[in-house]
Amino acid sequence: MNSVILRVGTRYLAGLLLVFSFYMMLRGHNEPGGGFIGGLTGATGFVLYAIACGTQDARAALRVMPQTIAIWGLGIALAAGLFAALFGDALFTGQWLFIGATETDKGLPLSSVLVFDIGVYLVVFGSILTLVFAMEEEI
Amino acid sequence: MAGGFPKDTQGNGITGAVPVIFAATLFAYFASLLPTIAATEVIRLSLPWIPSLGIELAFLVDGLSLTFSLLISGIGTLVLLYSNTYLAGHPQYARFALFLTAFMVSMLGLVLADDLILLFVFWELTTLTSYMLIGFSHDAEKSRRNALQALFVTGAGGLAFLAGLILLAAATGTTSISGIIAQGSALKEHAMYLPILILLLAGTFTKSAQVPFHFWLPNAMAAPTPVSAFLHSATMVKAGVYVMARMHPAMSGTDVWLWTLTIFGAVTAVFASLLALRQTDLKQALAYTTLMALGMLTLFLGQESGYAMTAFATFLIVHSLYKASLFLVVGCIDLSTGTRETDQLGDLGRIMPITAVAAALAALSMAGFPPFLGFIGKELKYAGALAVASEPVLVAGAALLSNALMLAVAGVVAFRPFWRGTVPSGQSPQEAPWQMWVGPIILASLGAVFGIYPDLLQVALVTPTVISLTGEVGEVKELQLWAGFNIPLILSIATFILGLLFYARHVQLRAILERAFSAIPNLDAGWDRFLDGLRGFAKWQTQLVQNGKLSSYLFGTFLTIAAGILLTLVYTGMPMIAVDLSDVEWKHTSIALLTIAGALLALVTNSRIAGIAALGVVGIGIAMIFIVFSAPDVAITQLLVETLVVVLVAVVMLRLPSLPKAGFRLNHALLSVAVGASVSLILIAVVSSPLDLRLTEYFEVTSWPEAYGRNIVNVILVDFRALDTFGEIAVVVIAALSAYALLRTTRKGDQK
Repeated sequence: MNSVILRVGTRYLAGLLLVFSFYMMLRGHNEPGGGFIGGLTGATGFVLYAIACGTQDARAALRVMPQTIAIWGLGIALAAGLFAALFGDALFTGQWLFIGATETDKGLPLSSVLVFDIGVYLVVFGSILTLVFAMEEEI
Repeated sequence: MAGGFPKDTQGNGITGAVPVIFAATLFAYFASLLPTIAATEVIRLSLPWIPSLGIELAFLVDGLSLTFSLLISGIGTLVLLYSNTYLAGHPQYARFALFLTAFMVSMLGLVLADDLILLFVFWELTTLTSYMLIGFSHDAEKSRRNALQALFVTGAGGLAFLAGLILLAAATGTTSISGIIAQGSALKEHAMYLPILILLLAGTFTKSAQVPFHFWLPNAMAAPTPVSAFLHSATMVKAGVYVMARMHPAMSGTDVWLWTLTIFGAVTAVFASLLALRQTDLKQALAYTTLMALGMLTLFLGQESGYAMTAFATFLIVHSLYKASLFLVVGCIDLSTGTRETDQLGDLGRIMPITAVAAALAALSMAGFPPFLGFIGKELKYAGALAVASEPVLVAGAALLSNALMLAVAGVVAFRPFWRGTVPSGQSPQEAPWQMWVGPIILASLGAVFGIYPDLLQVALVTPTVISLTGEVGEVKELQLWAGFNIPLILSIATFILGLLFYARHVQLRAILERAFSAIPNLDAGWDRFLDGLRGFAKWQTQLVQNGKLSSYLFGTFLTIAAGILLTLVYTGMPMIAVDLSDVEWKHTSIALLTIAGALLALVTNSRIAGIAALGVVGIGIAMIFIVFSAPDVAITQLLVETLVVVLVAVVMLRLPSLPKAGFRLNHALLSVAVGASVSLILIAVVSSPLDLRLTEYFEVTSWPEAYGRNIVNVILVDFRALDTFGEIAVVVIAALSAYALLRTTRKGDQK
């Protein structure tokens, strides 16, 4: 598709979608969102980019092969699950760390669950882009 | 194979030496257990394996399993030493040694296992490793075909065997073999006794190549000769016999057991010894005599008398010793002259004296001449046969005929090539290197040593084995060279006369047998026809089911879903639908109308793009339903997936032609209504029964205190059910990579 308006618009839109997708992923534990939705949103940004500017540009903007991202995501998710073994817990038991926690405030919660969700995000993101790019190039 | 021994008889270096040392160590270990077992004790070892099912890594060393273990590891050592020279410099020797050693260990596991499941695991391992070994010369079509045949026949039997073992475990309530035997005759009176027996025998008969499953064994001779010596004479084919012997205390003594084993054993023994005389290839002849031995062993196991059991134990050992030895001798002849055809061999005794001595010793034992162990074995056979209460004449007759034929075959295989005729021109035979004659010599000499000093064998192995089989010391019969002038001796003399007569006339006999057997249907050819038929059927049904039209696949899938749900509902009773529209608001109605409109548009349009867009409308309608009923997570996911699907499919659809005809597609409409209606009905049925809220409440209560999250859906996904999620994302990655690979492959294909 060769449209200047779409191309220019996409640059901003894709960036916004990407930022929004991180936001969706991070808020997932307490509000609607999560890794799966985040991954879908993020992928939409790049799909848009690929439609507007072509897959070659989209691949260049992504820098890494989408398959690689998906596989890394799977690895990160697995690592987050195995992490529990260090503490003698069952596989995929969430491990939490509350930085600066006080009596009333939880502080900054960090967890292996978040790492797992990041893994899910990357898997969904990478898998969809693998498919979309390949299809766009094929047809 | 061209004539001549390998130039470099040093073998294959470390890959050749290590397996030999390993096997020898095992043999030494088992030999060290002899005093314990000879004192009629048993050794048990058990480790927990699957405690929840009561399955243990249990091993039992008693007379029976020790006899087998010594044969396996002892012959294994000699065969590995032999193969190291036989296949010296073979580029894949490491693989060969690995398979052979793996087979040996599986076989040892099989005979030592004291748990049904463990037994089955080793049973299948021997099938698999023997498949690898038969098909070792995988560049030969025949070798691949025969390996596959052996795998299919024994594998099919293995499935029946597994079913039998499971039934057995269910009937007795334990998977422990000693536990089952300790229950005494309880099994024989169990209602499932007959099915268990049939299934177990289906496994053991295929494995031990009883008629009519015998055809795979001679074909398995496509394997290198050391493999035939090890697997197809001394060990693997005896696995079936071993299991029958192991189950003997718990299952024998019924009419079914007696007659099945007696008839199959006798038919196999006679049939195989006739076929053996018909062969001109030395290895084939030996293969059929192995069948005869297996038949004989089965025949003995059908009985219960102490004579039969003693005969079983003795013949088992005798046969392994002389048969492995003869196979190895044939391997030497093969390498030396380049042929195994009897009429192209002669006068080798002068050139290969040591091999000839080994062959002679083994053959005399096989033919049953005194003072060899074979003679004692044969006397016991007759005594055992005569002790059969039901049909002594039949059994003794079968034994007499097959023994006489055996004597003739021994002459053809081990006497004629060495001491008759002349060396045909073009052959330059030479004596085998020591690594190749030491095995046959040791094995054959043992036959003579045990014949002269039968007490050695009696105390060490035969008595403990018979005790394993009968449970009583009193049942053991004595092994002796001279048992006085009795009926067995008369039968022995008759055997010699008849056998020598057969040998003298074997060329004429062969011609007669040739004519006679051409009238019997050839099971091997039948096997090929069966496989061809199977392939034809597979092709036919694949073309029918997988016709390449995506729409017909989807049609079939959804039709099945709808039919399955509707039939279930019809059988279990339709849910009562009480239509209550009082709380329907305008937003619900409008969403429903929007969705229906989208579905209708998809049915009538002939533009694919419009169809996809219409389906998108349906999807968004569903997302809106989620929003209305406050499931924002699901709604967002649905919207995003819907968007991406429309984009993805639209990319593809742009390139496809329009649908062939415009207008309302009635069959699709009917299918959609059927699927929609059946799913709705089942949902109503589900909702109409009170919902079990325990899980929901559990997650509501524990989500914040235990997983520190307020979004229950997400907490379930990433914490409570993280393992499931991990499985799902793994599927996502695999699907994406497979689709990627498929897309890339087609493009390459197009470019050509």
